[in-house]
Amino acid sequence: MVGYTAIVLQVGAVVAGAPLLTGLMRQTRARLEGRAGAGVLQPWRDVRKLLRKEPITPVGTGPAFRWAPPLLVATSLVLAVLVPLVSTDTPVRARADLILVVSLLALGTLALALAGLDTGTAFGGMGASREMTIAALVEPTILVAVFALSIPAGSTNLPVIVAGAADQPARLTSPAGLLAIAALAVAVLAESGRLPVDNPSTHLELTMVHEAMVLEYAGPDLALVEFGAQLRLTVLLGLLASLFAPWGIATGASLTAVLLALLLVVLKVMVLGMALAAAEVFWAKLRLFRVPELLAGSFLLALLAVTASYFLGAEGGGAR
Amino acid sequence: MSESLFTQLLDLACGAFLLAAVVVLWRRELAAIVRLFALQGVALAVIALLLGLHEDRWGLLVVAVGIGALRAGLLPYLIRRALAAFVAERDGGLTRHGGSEEARETQPLVNVAASLLTAAALTLLAYAVARPLVELDPTPATRALPVGLAVVLIGFFVLVTRRRALAQVVGFLLLDNGITATAFLAASGVPLIVELGVSFDVLLAVLVLQLLTVRVREAFGTTDIDDLRELHD
Repeated sequence: MVGYTAIVLQVGAVVAGAPLLTGLMRQTRARLEGRAGAGVLQPWRDVRKLLRKEPITPVGTGPAFRWAPPLLVATSLVLAVLVPLVSTDTPVRARADLILVVSLLALGTLALALAGLDTGTAFGGMGASREMTIAALVEPTILVAVFALSIPAGSTNLPVIVAGAADQPARLTSPAGLLAIAALAVAVLAESGRLPVDNPSTHLELTMVHEAMVLEYAGPDLALVEFGAQLRLTVLLGLLASLFAPWGIATGASLTAVLLALLLVVLKVMVLGMALAAAEVFWAKLRLFRVPELLAGSFLLALLAVTASYFLGAEGGGAR
Repeated sequence: MSESLFTQLLDLACGAFLLAAVVVLWRRELAAIVRLFALQGVALAVIALLLGLHEDRWGLLVVAVGIGALRAGLLPYLIRRALAAFVAERDGGLTRHGGSEEARETQPLVNVAASLLTAAALTLLAYAVARPLVELDPTPATRALPVGLAVVLIGFFVLVTRRRALAQVVGFLLLDNGITATAFLAASGVPLIVELGVSFDVLLAVLVLQLLTVRVREAFGTTDIDDLRELHD
């Protein structure tokens, strides 16, 4: 029973909190740049405004264009159920496998890329091709980085990995853990389309990736696409927090532990989001042709993490 | 120092050692590459220090301090001075090629993404090659042996794929760092007198290379080694 409560609380917090997190990040950034900012609630106001408009689809677009926004939101919601943010002891824990999580992420990306191609415009195709280039480099990095963490746990099941790390914090300070953190952080930035890889606030033609794909959306569809992107960012930051700072996550069937874990995960994601927004003030976007270098670097870090967890940490530290 | 703390610190130092070598491939600015090399010298000194503390060998502590002074202090200082000479010359407006071109490894023979993937392959190769050695006597130090071998291979790779003379000097020093680390991890270091000899050898090599680089630069206006293919009288 507590497991179901944990899932309901988790999904509720992610759905209500995703636009707020984006608002918080924009607000942090605005304050650091010396602007007043639109307020934390602005993304929710945007959603409300867009939902009231009439839906319009461009002439000649097919089902790929119409189905992409619901599919993106649906995959993100399934992710919000599966990823262990609040409790590792939930009814879905046997299905929260790493490979399933990464494939759901890829499915959402693919749906948007197909929609970008379906519009038949130059920008849509360009954005889709860029997004696929980046995704092809990012998905292996996420897989390999979490494999490095799954070797000491002996399973690719996310709740098992998180519960193991919460039991033995020494796993995270080993070279394998540190390298995997660095690799996964870069991969999450690329996957959620944040600054060194893609600029989320630009509408300048030559620099955009994600925005180029969704350029033709309007009204409720645009609201869904933006909401889906916000959900993905929240879930990915939450996953990062759960994997590398699992302190306080509920591992048993106690309601107070679940409530405390919910409070802690909200705090952790807020801190991560504000740190990311503060860092983005000082970063410039990478040239598109330098992005593969960054991603190859993060893939290398992930691969080193896997190798290191074989020849350094696992046997020597007695963690096995 | 307890066994598990020793293992963990040694693993961290080895991880930093390998990471510094890998990031050298990533960066293009020669100044950043020299900083990373100094960081690697610190990690090497920490490895020697930990082994010395663990085995209660005071000679090894002296070697650690010496390695730290040489590889994290003196050698980076020498390379940085050569680099500063190029940049100062640029500011004097005496050169045909821009000094900023001298301060960056703009076009390595293998591009950055490919060299990073090669580094991954080299690390796996080092792991595969070192496995029979590790099985002879599996202690925490020998388990980290692949790190030393991987840095040797990566140093060799930097040496053959970079164009600027100073980047090649750093590649040579990475190679030497790797050899020293392998010696520490496999056999807890070589006798003090050999270590002294090797250190002076490296110091002299860097001094000579630095002089040679400055002369090459004066004669040809660039340190791009690829321009030195033909013989002149």
